[in-house]
Amino acid sequence: MLIEKMAELKHRLIEYATLVEGMINKSIKGLLEKDENLLEDVIERDEPKANNYDREIDETCTALIAQFEPLAKDLRTVVTILKMNKDLERMADHAVNISESSLFLIARPLVKPLDDVRSMARTASMMLKDSIDAFVNENVALARDVCDRDEVVDTVGEKILDDMASFIREKRDGIRRSLHLMRIAHNLERVADISTNICEEVIYIVEGKDIKHHKTEEREADHGPTI
Amino acid sequence: MEQEIIIQIKDANSFYGAKQILKNVTLNIPAQTVTALMGPSGCGKSTLIRCLNRMNDLVPRFRFEGNVLYKGIDLYGKDVDITDLRREIGMVFQKPNPFPKSIYENVAYGIRIQGIANREFIDGIVEESLKRAALWDEVKDRLHESALSLSGGQQQRICIARALAVKPHVILFDEPCSALDPIATAKIEELITDLKNNYTIIVVTHNTAQAARVSDFTAFLYLGDLIEYGPTAKIFTVPQDKRTEEYLTGKFG
Repeated sequence: MLIEKMAELKHRLIEYATLVEGMINKSIKGLLEKDENLLEDVIERDEPKANNYDREIDETCTALIAQFEPLAKDLRTVVTILKMNKDLERMADHAVNISESSLFLIARPLVKPLDDVRSMARTASMMLKDSIDAFVNENVALARDVCDRDEVVDTVGEKILDDMASFIREKRDGIRRSLHLMRIAHNLERVADISTNICEEVIYIVEGKDIKHHKTEEREADHGPTI
Repeated sequence: MEQEIIIQIKDANSFYGAKQILKNVTLNIPAQTVTALMGPSGCGKSTLIRCLNRMNDLVPRFRFEGNVLYKGIDLYGKDVDITDLRREIGMVFQKPNPFPKSIYENVAYGIRIQGIANREFIDGIVEESLKRAALWDEVKDRLHESALSLSGGQQQRICIARALAVKPHVILFDEPCSALDPIATAKIEELITDLKNNYTIIVVTHNTAQAARVSDFTAFLYLGDLIEYGPTAKIFTVPQDKRTEEYLTGKFG
């Protein structure tokens, strides 16, 4: 009985993740191709759908704990799905933020070429996709690989920050555009961060090992705290 | 989706002598679902389930007021044949109670007393019922051994197979696992979940965890009153009545 309920719950989470991954991809595609419809679609149609998934998965997890008293790996999985649900809801909000800033930007001249944003988005969205795959297939190796990719996104994010800083120094009239592009980069960075969180959870489900604090300490020793 | 209501309990009041047990209980039971009746000892849950196939009729000084409609027909109406009724609404009890006969004869009993003697037909029903009760594989090579030689959990499944053999539409389970160990309990619970695809199931249990696991709907009774009734997932996460909340969190009962 619990087995079927868990399978159903996982299935819903995967549907939700697929929706959110699509939202992020659309928000960047809308920016790169100046496609207003795609961006509005994310805000007006996808976000309410994401909210419904969030509510439904929350309720299902709570009911499942109340009704079936899952233990050991089952318990770790349900608790993790609750957290991942929250993560996906945050990422959906990030996609909305990106779409809003993109709507502002596509109506105006570019402050800089968007190659960095494109590559950052590609990596972040791949990290999200892989984090979900790692969860579905309980693939710890893939989960660890995603965690390692976080730095790539951070580096591009920092480069965009530097570029925008110089742009603002030189051209005062582009401040709002620069801040919007910065906001997009920051939101992509958050998507990557959250994907690593999901992967840490996957490692917790499969191996019962909590690597969160260890990793954070390691990262801070190497690179200083992330902004 | 509107679910078909198979049993309607309307203003049920019951008494043992002067003592009132059920107080104005009104409840609709949807077809092909599992409904759990839970509550502390003395809340009336067993009395209520026994009203559904008139098992209380022979209890001295028992009195029932109100209606129980099964597919729209009042079970307490004058023309109701109790034997027919119990064929439609079967029952499995707390303590496994197989007859001191062979496994085969236990399951065949209900058909034989209907006057059916066709061996092949009975063979077919016995096999089908044992399969539905998830017992066939365990007993198919010893159908003619005594049912009393089986374990408690198997005996309970024989009783379920015996109930299924007469093709009921509703099966009442009165504390079906309280005499069983956890493994046998898990098997019966799984079986209940499977059976709801073809039958309507009503289970009395004082085990709240069991009500939570097996049922789609839960009714909470307390001192003869129906306090709350609704989807199990709701009752166990956000009960509407303070007494349900207190019962589930172990404050009483």
